[in-house]
Amino acid sequence: MIRLYRFFYFLLFVCFAIYSFYIFFDNYGSGTKHLSVNAQEGKLVFQKYNCISCHQLYGLGGYMGPDLTNVISEVGKGRIFAKAFIKNGSVKMPNLNISQTEEELLLDFLTEIDATGKSVVKEFDVTWYGTVKYPDLHEE
Amino acid sequence: MKNRLELLFIFLAFLSLIGGLVFGVIASIQFLIPDFISFLPFYKTRPLHVSMVIGWIFLASIGGIYHFIPVIIQRSLYSLKIGFLHFYLFLITGLVIIICFLLGKFGGREYWEFPPILSIPIIISWIFFGWNYFKSIFQNSFKWPVYVWMWTTGIIFFLITFSESYFWMLPNVKVNIIKELTLQWKSYGALVGSWNMLVYGTALYLMEKIKGDVKIARSKIAFLSFFLGFINLLFGWAHHIYNVPTPIWIRYTSYFISMTELLFIAKIIWTWKASLNDYQKNSHILSYKFIISSDFWIFLNLILALVISVPAINLYTHGTHITVAHAMGSTIGINTTILLASCFYIINILTNAEYNSFKLKIIKSGIIGFNLCLVLFWLSLIVAGLLKGIGIVDENLTFSEVMLEIQPLLIVFSLSGFGLFLSLLMILFYPLQTLVKFIFLKSITD
Repeated sequence: MIRLYRFFYFLLFVCFAIYSFYIFFDNYGSGTKHLSVNAQEGKLVFQKYNCISCHQLYGLGGYMGPDLTNVISEVGKGRIFAKAFIKNGSVKMPNLNISQTEEELLLDFLTEIDATGKSVVKEFDVTWYGTVKYPDLHEE
Repeated sequence: MKNRLELLFIFLAFLSLIGGLVFGVIASIQFLIPDFISFLPFYKTRPLHVSMVIGWIFLASIGGIYHFIPVIIQRSLYSLKIGFLHFYLFLITGLVIIICFLLGKFGGREYWEFPPILSIPIIISWIFFGWNYFKSIFQNSFKWPVYVWMWTTGIIFFLITFSESYFWMLPNVKVNIIKELTLQWKSYGALVGSWNMLVYGTALYLMEKIKGDVKIARSKIAFLSFFLGFINLLFGWAHHIYNVPTPIWIRYTSYFISMTELLFIAKIIWTWKASLNDYQKNSHILSYKFIISSDFWIFLNLILALVISVPAINLYTHGTHITVAHAMGSTIGINTTILLASCFYIINILTNAEYNSFKLKIIKSGIIGFNLCLVLFWLSLIVAGLLKGIGIVDENLTFSEVMLEIQPLLIVFSLSGFGLFLSLLMILFYPLQTLVKFIFLKSITD
């Protein structure tokens, strides 16, 4: 029995290695999701000030502040709106004294992540087996 | 003192848990009053809270394994020196991380917010641990019980997944934010799986020892549940990122299997409890109570995990407080109770700690308070999450409107969190006192 366990363990390990390799090298089918140099720098600014502690990207992060994935394209928001918060903070958000250069880099990052997709989907159909169909995307 | 190493790990684990609770209470109050302790804002208290609680899980698991391994192999640990080196490296790195957070020096991503350079001593300390562990278990040839398989898996895969969580620094990953998010949550999902291997392995070891039945960790069902858990660790992470535009096949691999893992663990604990006689219970009564608590929380979290893994429901629950309820329900309700059982078991054996009826009453009241507060805490987060999900997806409410609506629930969350803190202090006070006496005072007299 132990031999069988060892074999199964080894088999799973190999499957995991192939699976990981595939995920690592997959192109995710889109060149538009590639960040510019500025946006990459902006992401580092996002990390430097630990923005994820309060905010989310694609619903992943802290819940003190709103999801920032689509803050640039959302109706009534946009780059100037986001800039005002970054610059001054709010009742809940401290003024982090971010430099003007960092501010622009951060905005570039937010603009480019916005182009990758929608964090909250409001139009969808639910299948009988519990998955979700988005009108303009693939079936899940 | 002979067993100082494991006691040091447990002592530091208790301090880390108390620290994590203090910052958790502050952070929960800051949800309601953002200016509360203004020099220590939420973006500092949250990583302090999370890191110290993760520190508690690792320290308590490692302390347990350092104690259990010599018992299993019936020989001394391969090297106590390496063990102490591991401990002090872990301690120094932990202190540096805390200082970085207090000073606002970040640079990493969620959960590992510290400057990335600090991942190096973490990896080195883990290599020390792995080296000592493997050298020890290979000193003797024996049939591995399932908990040795689990600890081995946890040790190997922590190293793999922790390293993988730093792939964001590689050129072909950092240019593609979707790939980066995918790899981040792939590594985090498996990393949580790896620490669960350490914790659940500890639970099985304790069950075997308290019951005195070696079959419990050698049965087919124990191995079956281990392999299901292992498959979950490897492939069952995608439910974290249903809404990230990754390929479909990535998102839905094996989520059903990940759910069955807890079911099997619960079944084993349930079978074990039913056949336990009074004598066996009384010899480690407090450890027994914690294991029973974990049984209860496994069932609750299993139901929640199953529900939120359905994509149509996840659409509403993702990015809401329900995710927090699931994460905290698991780390507090399951991991913490199992690890407290382990710590009490080890302290009981090594120090012959005897609690008089007053002390026992305080600890038992703490356990009851802990479970009651956790129920309130957990439910308040679930209801808050439901309201947030419906508000954002169906009612088109803004973030501020949703937060206003769930504020009463956040008050309940904050108060019950404070109750949890007090209850855990009641549980930890006497064992901590015993540890201080044994580690510091006894070593002076020795």
